[in-house]
Amino acid sequence: MPTIRFMFKQLGKHFDQFLMGVLMLTMTVALLVLFSASGQSMDRMSAQMVNIIAGLAALWVFANIPPQHLQRIAVPLYLLGMVLLIGVFFFGDVSKGARRWLDLGVARIQPSELMKIAVPMMLAWYFDRRDQSLRFSDYIVAAILLMLPLGLVLKQPDLGTSLLIGASGFYVLFLAGLSWRLMGGLALGAAAAAPFLWNMLHDYQRRRIEILLDPTQDPLGAGYHTIQATIALGSGGLSGKGWLNGTQSQLDFLPERHTDFIFAVFGEEFGLVGNLLLLLLFAIIIGRGMMIAANGQNAFCRLLAGSIALTFFTYAFVNMGMVSGILPVVGVPLPLISYGGTSLVTLMIGFGILMSIQTHKKLVTS
Amino acid sequence: MNSRFELRNHRQEQHYFRLRLGVAGVVMLICFGILAARFVHLQLLRYDYYHTLAENNRISLVPIAPTRGLIMDRNGVVLAHNFFAYTLEITPAKVKDLEQTINDIATLVEVSPSDRKRFKKLREQSHEFESIPLRMQLSETEAARFAVSRYRFPGVEIRSRLFRHYPQGPLGAHLIGYIGRINDSDQQSLKKSGEFPNYLGSDHIGKSGVEQFYERTLHGITGTQQVETDADGHAVRVLSSTAPVAGDNLVLSIDSKLQDIAEKAFGVRRGALVALDPNTGQVLAYVSMPTFDPNLFVNGIDPDSWKALNESLDKPLINRPLRGIYPPGSTFKPFVALAGLEAGRREPPFSISDPGFYKLAGSSHRYRDWKPGGHGIVDMRKAITVSCDTFFYGLAHELGIERMSDFIGHFSFGKKTGIDLTGELGGLLPTPAWKKKRFKQPWYPGETLIVGIGQGYTLTTPMQLAQATAILANNGIAYRPRLVSGIQPGGSGKLRPVTPEVLDRIKLDPKHVELVKLGMMDVTQPGGTASSVGAGAPYLIAAKTGTAQVVGIKQNEKYNEKNVAERHRDHALFIAYAPAESPKIALAVIVENGGHGGSAAGPIARQVMDYYLLGKEPPAPPPEASPNAAPPAEEETDAHD
Repeated sequence: MPTIRFMFKQLGKHFDQFLMGVLMLTMTVALLVLFSASGQSMDRMSAQMVNIIAGLAALWVFANIPPQHLQRIAVPLYLLGMVLLIGVFFFGDVSKGARRWLDLGVARIQPSELMKIAVPMMLAWYFDRRDQSLRFSDYIVAAILLMLPLGLVLKQPDLGTSLLIGASGFYVLFLAGLSWRLMGGLALGAAAAAPFLWNMLHDYQRRRIEILLDPTQDPLGAGYHTIQATIALGSGGLSGKGWLNGTQSQLDFLPERHTDFIFAVFGEEFGLVGNLLLLLLFAIIIGRGMMIAANGQNAFCRLLAGSIALTFFTYAFVNMGMVSGILPVVGVPLPLISYGGTSLVTLMIGFGILMSIQTHKKLVTS
Repeated sequence: MNSRFELRNHRQEQHYFRLRLGVAGVVMLICFGILAARFVHLQLLRYDYYHTLAENNRISLVPIAPTRGLIMDRNGVVLAHNFFAYTLEITPAKVKDLEQTINDIATLVEVSPSDRKRFKKLREQSHEFESIPLRMQLSETEAARFAVSRYRFPGVEIRSRLFRHYPQGPLGAHLIGYIGRINDSDQQSLKKSGEFPNYLGSDHIGKSGVEQFYERTLHGITGTQQVETDADGHAVRVLSSTAPVAGDNLVLSIDSKLQDIAEKAFGVRRGALVALDPNTGQVLAYVSMPTFDPNLFVNGIDPDSWKALNESLDKPLINRPLRGIYPPGSTFKPFVALAGLEAGRREPPFSISDPGFYKLAGSSHRYRDWKPGGHGIVDMRKAITVSCDTFFYGLAHELGIERMSDFIGHFSFGKKTGIDLTGELGGLLPTPAWKKKRFKQPWYPGETLIVGIGQGYTLTTPMQLAQATAILANNGIAYRPRLVSGIQPGGSGKLRPVTPEVLDRIKLDPKHVELVKLGMMDVTQPGGTASSVGAGAPYLIAAKTGTAQVVGIKQNEKYNEKNVAERHRDHALFIAYAPAESPKIALAVIVENGGHGGSAAGPIARQVMDYYLLGKEPPAPPPEASPNAAPPAEEETDAHD
């Protein structure tokens, strides 16, 4: 018995128990919502449980890799990601009008997912090395390191993922001390460049932004998602229609209700109270991530952890914003809750890295 | 020293990092605050609005059409009823290649060329998303055969529907009328009258006859079902429902046996007959010949049948009793006679010596009597009996057109009788004012003479003639003519009789009425213009014959029926009531191009009265007399006109 207990203790040695608890709670809620959103499909439930187990395994693996090892693999991982992205650019499979997947013979992978981790790691590695005094040229280099993968993902096209990659890279730059003046200048520049960017967007992306401004333009077409999701949320009221009782969800009025629009199901069935509690859960997860970042051992750890926590925030904000109709519809799932293995595993790797940073501290200092 | 610096630097760096992290944290809280505000906005402040939208999404109201009321005759014989049958219907908007789909369907279920034509016509009149019937009344086998292959035909459906059927076929088609599919103009008038919601589940509406006039009574109240539907419009469950209320049944005063005898009596001849109960205004028979099968119209008539009916020279679609307008001819004389007597003219023992023509003072024009040489000494009673034109020329001249038309107007000439049917025409009772307006010409005295014998501008419908006869038979009491004698509410089943409605009580001197009636009774006696009609009748018939000119005859030209094309021959008219002492039936008959009233129209009236008063049916089916054939020899004894 003691051996088994010891084994468990060893196994969970690099778990951050608080974060782990909140994550497990969130994923339990996720399973409940998924059950409702999938029309009470046990198949979807078991598939998502497999995804969760895979995610937890990935989390465990990364939690057990000491940060200095992560620091060492940052560059090779980034280079590998770049090679794969270029591979996608030339040889990727096209599905639903986008070139996102690469068939390696043994498995089909989505290299842009890898970049969600590899980009912040790479930038954290870069700023950790240059932490004495940052010059303007450092930001130029970092910007190039960020823009290369970002451009390739945008080209696929995958607005949602490139948004998250861009955010994760930007957070590293911001936390590393990107000067306010420069950010102000960039913001101004972006505003000035907006008309040109508008022209560069794909038609469907432009349409999404137009529909955001006025969904009733096309109530049965592009605006349908937003309108039905808003109706679902609004009709949920204060306390919701109750689990499995959402009419918008159960009667198929909500499209993509178990993936990107699962939050509408949640909001319809659990109401304002449920929504605020979910926001609180997310805030706790982000807050814990920020605490870990604040106590990070070195610049690499701090920057990486901070970026992971803030990227998680971006996920949640963009998804909830788009479902509730204040942001355009971009393909960003609700973190930990939307159905799907790929994004869940990536997220869990992020949390694994956070836990590794939190639990390997003493080893480094001693 | 180096490590101290690094440590200090490290602390500073960490401090700076935390500052930045704090800024990010504040931004995050602001963003979550925005989300929370948005949730409050959607879920608290605008909850009612979105709740309504969600309910509208999920709940749809499905109308349930009520069962249309039955139509029965006075003895309970069903004239219109409903039955369930399968139809094969196509929603064109949901079908890619319509032609191909119909061809494919034809391999499973018989689709005749007329089905195709009718479908094509209906499609032109409907919206693309309406379900249009291709085939009606599928057999169970056909329905089953199609059901098996249904998956191959998106947009094609088998439906069980209530069909209207007229089991008597063409019998009384003009009075029963028919229902047809609701078209755009029906829809508009329903919307105008606010009845449209009650028709959401209905495809059909009354288009003519009693079916049209009593549409509101027959239709019933549409029920509704509140159904929860999913995004594809499939019903998930029924939330609540209100049952439809069936339409009321109508009991007509028509006797379908009498109607049948009357229609058969016409044979292949064209014409109209209206028989009324003078004591109530109830319509006993209402004949328009030739007739047609109203069943053809219920689900949209196929173009071939339509063409045949619409282009026939016999005009079977015209509702003759209501909309056929004819000069009344000599059937007008009893009313002119009464006008004269009431005006104090021609009261016995007044009489004239008839030379066979009438001349206005200061004119050489001879207004001829139908009988060359005249009728000898003629008083009022004889004038009616022999239909003396000369007598009435003089009377009309003395009365003047205005006094004459004014009095006769009380007998529903020149105005609608108010029968419970739509589309009635009022005919024409001419006056100088009318002529001035119509032709911008003055009234000439000679025209008054012509009106006095029922020719000229005067026009009446058979309905008006029958009503005038009934009013006379009833000594001036006018009842509104009614086809419906009772209404049986859809639910309760208790018959509510329709009470007769008195329209007018004309003040008449009974002596004058009696005199006119005596003249009319003599018409069917030996020496009268319709003596053969009264021959052998165990009851007394009061009648008047009439002939209406179709083509004008020039002065000094003799009308020779043998030389006149069939369709240019005179119309034969006949009005009668019986038993003369206490009338139970009053009627008017018109046989188009039939020649003389007594010989062509009289026998039809006799058969109708015989059945109604004695229950006597005509001995054998009437001979299929060609309209060109001369009248039967025995009726040659009848005097002209």
